[in-house]
Amino acid sequence: MLSGKSIRVSLLSFVSLLSLWQLGAFWADSRLFPPPLKVLEVLLESIDEGELQYHIGHTMFRVALSFALSMMMGIGIGIALGRSRPLDRFFDSWLTLFLNVPALVTIILCYVWLGLIEAAAVLAVAINKIPNVVVTIREGARALERDYLEMAQSFRLSRYTVLRHIVLPQLAPFLVATSRSGLALIWKIVLVVELLGRSNGVGFQLHLFFQLFDIASILAYTIAFVMLIQALEYGILQPLERRVNRWRR
Amino acid sequence: MQLQVDFVNKTFPSFEKGGQVTALGKVQFVANPGEFLCILGPSGCGKTTLLNIIAGLDSHFDGKVSLIGNNSEGCVPRIGYVFQNPRLLPWRTVEENLQLVLSPKQIHSGIIEELLVSTELEAFRKTYPPQLSIGMQRRVALVRAFSIQPDLLVMDEPFVSLDKPMADFLRGLLLDYWQDRKPIVLFVTHQLAEAFQLAGRLLVFSSRPGTLILDVPVSVPYGKRKYQNKYKEFVKQLSNEYPLLLDMI
Repeated sequence: MLSGKSIRVSLLSFVSLLSLWQLGAFWADSRLFPPPLKVLEVLLESIDEGELQYHIGHTMFRVALSFALSMMMGIGIGIALGRSRPLDRFFDSWLTLFLNVPALVTIILCYVWLGLIEAAAVLAVAINKIPNVVVTIREGARALERDYLEMAQSFRLSRYTVLRHIVLPQLAPFLVATSRSGLALIWKIVLVVELLGRSNGVGFQLHLFFQLFDIASILAYTIAFVMLIQALEYGILQPLERRVNRWRR
Repeated sequence: MQLQVDFVNKTFPSFEKGGQVTALGKVQFVANPGEFLCILGPSGCGKTTLLNIIAGLDSHFDGKVSLIGNNSEGCVPRIGYVFQNPRLLPWRTVEENLQLVLSPKQIHSGIIEELLVSTELEAFRKTYPPQLSIGMQRRVALVRAFSIQPDLLVMDEPFVSLDKPMADFLRGLLLDYWQDRKPIVLFVTHQLAEAFQLAGRLLVFSSRPGTLILDVPVSVPYGKRKYQNKYKEFVKQLSNEYPLLLDMI
């Protein structure tokens, strides 16, 4: 874990970042570059009014939903493509296409075709993430140990047992990798989705603050949101990674 | 229950376009209920290929393999495969590896405890396979195949790369188990001495493409097989009857 020395280094680095910010704000002396304390004040005020929680709550709901959707779809498709050469050959060009469609295009198309509804928002985010999950999981599925699959076959293990206890543990490192990169990608796209077609959420708020040139609020929301994502990373994803890897020597 | 292997022959596509390599000639034999067969042959003669075909892991072959009759419980015959490498799942403990291949009813029957005690593995039930020596991993793989109470036990050089005392110990375990439960055993080896220790009948294969060139019973009683002079007698008799045999294996 963290040693005393590394804590001190982190603290020093954090304090120097704050000081630089403070210095910059002091030098600029503008409403468009607020100092840290001002941002903190706005942040606390927003928490006090319950506004921040409301919008972050909506954003997190969308993040969770589209994360779950894209992981489920991506894992399923990824395993199928990794295990079946003909399927892989057939769908490879589709995958390349979807990997390269800009997020903005999917979002606009989803809103135009499905209307400005929640489902369209979540679907747009998922469609952006699914190809990434597929590519990672496909790599893992290609590298599945044949020895173990043969063992499973000779002992007549059920399909569910094979998936749950032989395939998924081998995919674990790939799952963790794609979860972490997935979270990082998804929350950014969710903000864009909210900006373009939702009336709540962090993205919507940022758009509002942009129109008002309310930089302090933009920074306050950013900090709150980044902290939340970091908490997910350290609180859930990293312990999960340690757990799935505990058998490794 | 009886195992019939009828004119099984197997070809692989070779590297040249349209070329074929024959791995296994037309192999034909019948294993009677409770018989212990040792399959002996030079390396690369298709012994493992044959076992995979019999165990149902490879369905691309000509000829026919049939397990005739139901087992004692009237169910589909169970096959226990001990592979050349132990093929234990590294992310599951010894106990969990065994539980994987058993039904809940079998797990509660206490068979795991019984077998772990008789193989002196009970202290390692919560250990992950990578932390065990190769000898212990092989023992666990043996226990795994025993635990499903197979009607057909298929073993592919399961005791190679073990020191002599350990190999002797495991051969003793195998014989005890076989005499107790009388499954059909197919045991592949390339050592005549090992085959002499174990076999009720000896099947000798030629080098690639593997064909069955000799099918002889080993009539020396199991109690007397540890004597060197009995082994020498056996070898002498074999080489008198089949002068070319000893050069081949």
